[in-house]
Amino acid sequence: MTGTQTIAKPPAPAPGRPGLGGRVPLARLRDLALVPAILLLVVVGAIIDPVFLSAANITNVLQQQTELALLVLAEAIILIAGKFDLSLESTIGLAPALALALVIPAASNGLGTELPAALAIPICLLAGMAIGAFNGLLILRFKLSAFIVTLGMLIVLRGLQIGITGGQNLFDIPPSVLYLGNAVWLGVPASIWISGTLFVVGIAALGFFRHGRAVYAIGGNTDAARAAGIRTDRVVWIILMVGGLLAALAGLLMTGRLGSVAAAQGDGMIFTVFAAAVIGGISLDGGKGTLFGALCGVVVLGLINNILTLAGVSAQWIQAIYGAIILIALILARLTSGKAQD
Amino acid sequence: MTGQTQTAGTVAGAVAPAAEARDISKRYGATVALHSAGITIARGETHALVGRNGAGKSTLVSILTGLQRPDSGHVQFDGTPAPALADRDAWRQRVACVYQKSTIIPTLTVAENLFLNRQAGRGLIDWRGLRRRAADLLDGYGVAVDPAALAGSLTVEQRQLVEIARALSFGATFIILDEPTAQLDGAAIERLFDRMRELQAAGVTFLFISHHLQEVYEVCQNVTVLRDARHILTQPVDTLSREALVAAMTGDAGETLAGVDRPAVPDSAPVVLDVAGLGLSGFYEDIDLKVRAGELVGLIGSGSSGKVALAETIAGLRRADTGTVSLAGNTPKPGSVPAALAAGLGYLPQDRHREGLVPLLSVAENATLPITDRLGPAGIVAPARQRAVAQRMIEMYDIKTDGPHQPVNGLSGGNAQKVVLARALSNDPKALVMVSPTAGVDVRSKDSLLRAVTEAAARGTGVLIVSDELDDLRSCDRVLVMFHGRVVREVSRGWADAELVTAVEGVEEP
Repeated sequence: MTGTQTIAKPPAPAPGRPGLGGRVPLARLRDLALVPAILLLVVVGAIIDPVFLSAANITNVLQQQTELALLVLAEAIILIAGKFDLSLESTIGLAPALALALVIPAASNGLGTELPAALAIPICLLAGMAIGAFNGLLILRFKLSAFIVTLGMLIVLRGLQIGITGGQNLFDIPPSVLYLGNAVWLGVPASIWISGTLFVVGIAALGFFRHGRAVYAIGGNTDAARAAGIRTDRVVWIILMVGGLLAALAGLLMTGRLGSVAAAQGDGMIFTVFAAAVIGGISLDGGKGTLFGALCGVVVLGLINNILTLAGVSAQWIQAIYGAIILIALILARLTSGKAQD
Repeated sequence: MTGQTQTAGTVAGAVAPAAEARDISKRYGATVALHSAGITIARGETHALVGRNGAGKSTLVSILTGLQRPDSGHVQFDGTPAPALADRDAWRQRVACVYQKSTIIPTLTVAENLFLNRQAGRGLIDWRGLRRRAADLLDGYGVAVDPAALAGSLTVEQRQLVEIARALSFGATFIILDEPTAQLDGAAIERLFDRMRELQAAGVTFLFISHHLQEVYEVCQNVTVLRDARHILTQPVDTLSREALVAAMTGDAGETLAGVDRPAVPDSAPVVLDVAGLGLSGFYEDIDLKVRAGELVGLIGSGSSGKVALAETIAGLRRADTGTVSLAGNTPKPGSVPAALAAGLGYLPQDRHREGLVPLLSVAENATLPITDRLGPAGIVAPARQRAVAQRMIEMYDIKTDGPHQPVNGLSGGNAQKVVLARALSNDPKALVMVSPTAGVDVRSKDSLLRAVTEAAARGTGVLIVSDELDDLRSCDRVLVMFHGRVVREVSRGWADAELVTAVEGVEEP
C-alpha cells in the first residue's frame, strides 16, 4: 500500500470507524495463535505417556528449553529490528569457554592465567557483549550485510573456541559457574526463573516502552524511524550487544546444567532458534511479531521433542522426524496467519 | 482572485514569510544540485514548486526540511534563522514534509505511527490513551481512519491524510507536499485539494510539488520554477499562462501537449485487440471493447472504476471470470502473461519500478529482455548485437543516458519509462496496453513518450492507454470512460475536458 501497490484492489467500501480498539482483540488473537497448538500437544503427550504430565517431566522439559529460550529471545529482538545474528550459536559456546579457560589451571586445558574464579561469570557476560558490539561495528559502521557478517562470526567464534581449548571439553568448572544451571529456587530450577523473568522484561520493554517500540519502528521502516528522531544505529547496536549478552548467559546455564563446556556447545542450535522464532510469528523481514509468540514457539518445539522421546521414537530417526515436524509447523503457521512468510 | 491574492500578498509582505531560503547552493561531488537558488513562501499561501526531473526540487526540499545542509545560503522560518541540523524536534515544529515515499511504518498501528517515538516519556505506554489521543487528533482534522488499524492496510489517500495529521500535530504550520497526487485518482485528488483549502483557511502554509500543471493552477496562488539548479521565476499563477509556465520549466517555448493530428483509422483496419463480455467480480463486468490496428484508444476512470484491473486482465496478470480477450484473431490462454505476449501484446505496467525494470541491469539488457532470442543463435545473446539494438532504441525514443551500458536505476523517471516503452515495443506488438504511462514523468519526457506512442500507432500497432491524465488521452481517436466497473461513455477526439471529467466522476446523469 505504500506506493508499491501494483495490482488494483477491489473497490472497498469507505472504511468507517469501528469503535475504538475494534481490531485490537483480533491482533491479540494472532499473538495467541500457538496456544491451542500447545494445549493439543499437552493432550497428545498425556495420552502417549502418563509420565508426561508429571511435575518432574514438565520441569525437565522447561529446563532443557531455557537455553534455547534465551537465544530465541535474543534472536527475536534482533529479527524484529530487521537484522540477523547467526553467530549466537557460537557465542553460547565461546563465551563460557573463554571465561573458564582464563580461570582454570592449564592442567585442565586452561590457558594458564588462573584468574580468580569469581571473575568467570563477568568475563563470560562481557565476552558475549563484546561479540555483539563487534558484530554491530561490522554491520553498522562498515555497512556489511548482517547475514554474511554473523555467518562469518559463527565460524570464527567456533574456531576460536576450538583454538583456545585445543578442541577439548572443559571440566573442572568452578562452583560459581555451575550454580545458575543447577540451583533450585522455590522448587523450580533457577534457569527457568531467569528465562521467564527475562522474557517478561522483554515483553514489557518491547510492548510498553518507547525505546522498545523503536525496535519495531526500525524493523518496519528504518528511514521513517530515523525521520521520527529515533537513533536507529544506536538502538540496533545496543540490541546486538544485548543479544550477545543473552547468548553468553544461555552459555552459563548450559554449562551449569551439563557440568562441562563441550567444544561443540551450541553447534547447530541456530536452525532451531530461527524455527522457533518463525513458528512464533516473527517475520524475517523485521517489524513484525511479538516476544510472547516467540516464547510459544520455543514451548511448542520443546513439547514436540519431549513427546518424540517419550513415544520411544528410535534415536536414529528422531532428527528427521523433528525436522519434518518443524517444517509442518511452519506450513501450519503460514496457513493460519494467511500471509506469506517473509 | 487576482485582487485578493495581491492584497493578501502585500499584507503578508509586512509579516515575515513562513519560510524563506536565500542564495542556496549545494553540490554533490561534481554535480551542482542548486546554484544560488531561493524560494520565499508567504504565510498562509499555497505555493507551487515546479521543475523538470533533476531541476533541484528534491534538494531544495531536503534543505528546507533540515535533512541536508546547504553549502552556502540561509534558511529562515517566520523571520528567525533555522535551527541547528541536529535539533530534529525544532525542525519538526517548523516544517513537515509528506514525501512521495511513505514515512509510515506499515507493521504498526495508525495510532502508534502518529505518536512514533513520543508514545510516552520514560514510563509505560498507555495504549488505550494513545489510541484515544490518536482518535482525537484524526477527528480534529476530519480524517476517518481507525487508529487501531495497521498502517499497512491504509489506502494511499488515507496514508497521506495520516501523514498530514501527524505533521500538524507537531505544531508545524508549514507543510511540504511532495507530489501528493501522483498515486491518487481524480476524486481523491479533489478531496485532498478541498482539505488543503480548509487547512489553508485555518492558517496552514503549503509548498506543493507536482508534475501536473493544471493542479498548480487549481490549488496554488504562487509558483516558483526551478530549472537546471537555478531559480527561474516566482509569480502569482493567475498572471502566468500555461505556455509561459511550460516555457520556464523547459527553457524554450515548448508546444503544449495538444493532440497530434492524425488521419482517422479506416473501419477496414483489422481488429487487433478484441475484448468481449469480460467480467471479473469485484472489479468490472460486461466489458466490450475493440482496438483496430493503428488506432489509439483511451480508457479513463477513477481508481475504483476497475480500469487497471481490466488492463491487467488483458495482459494476463489476472484471469477474468467471464468473457474473452482476443489478440489479432488469436485467443491466448487466459491468465498467462507469456501467452499474451506470444500473441502479440506489448504491456506497460503501472509501476515501472516493480514490474517494469530490473534496476541494476543496463539499459541495453532491460530494453532487449523480450527479444533476447533474436540477438543470437541457440539462446546466446551476442553483446555487440544487443548493444546495436539498444543504441537504435536510445536514438529512436530519445532516451537520455550515458549509453547502453548504464544501469537503469541511474536514469530519471521519464527516461526509465522510455526504456520500458522501448522494451514493450521491441518485438513489434500488434496491440500495446499502457497503464498510467506518464505518471511521475516530467513535461518534456511526457511529450516524447506520447510522440513515440503515436508513431507506434502509425506503424500499425493498436494502442490502449489506461490513464487518469487528460494530456495522455488527447491524441486518442476515442476515449472510453469506466465508472464502477462498466464502460459508461465513449467520446471521440475533440472532447472537452469538462465533459470527460464529469463522466469519470459520475456526476452526470447517464
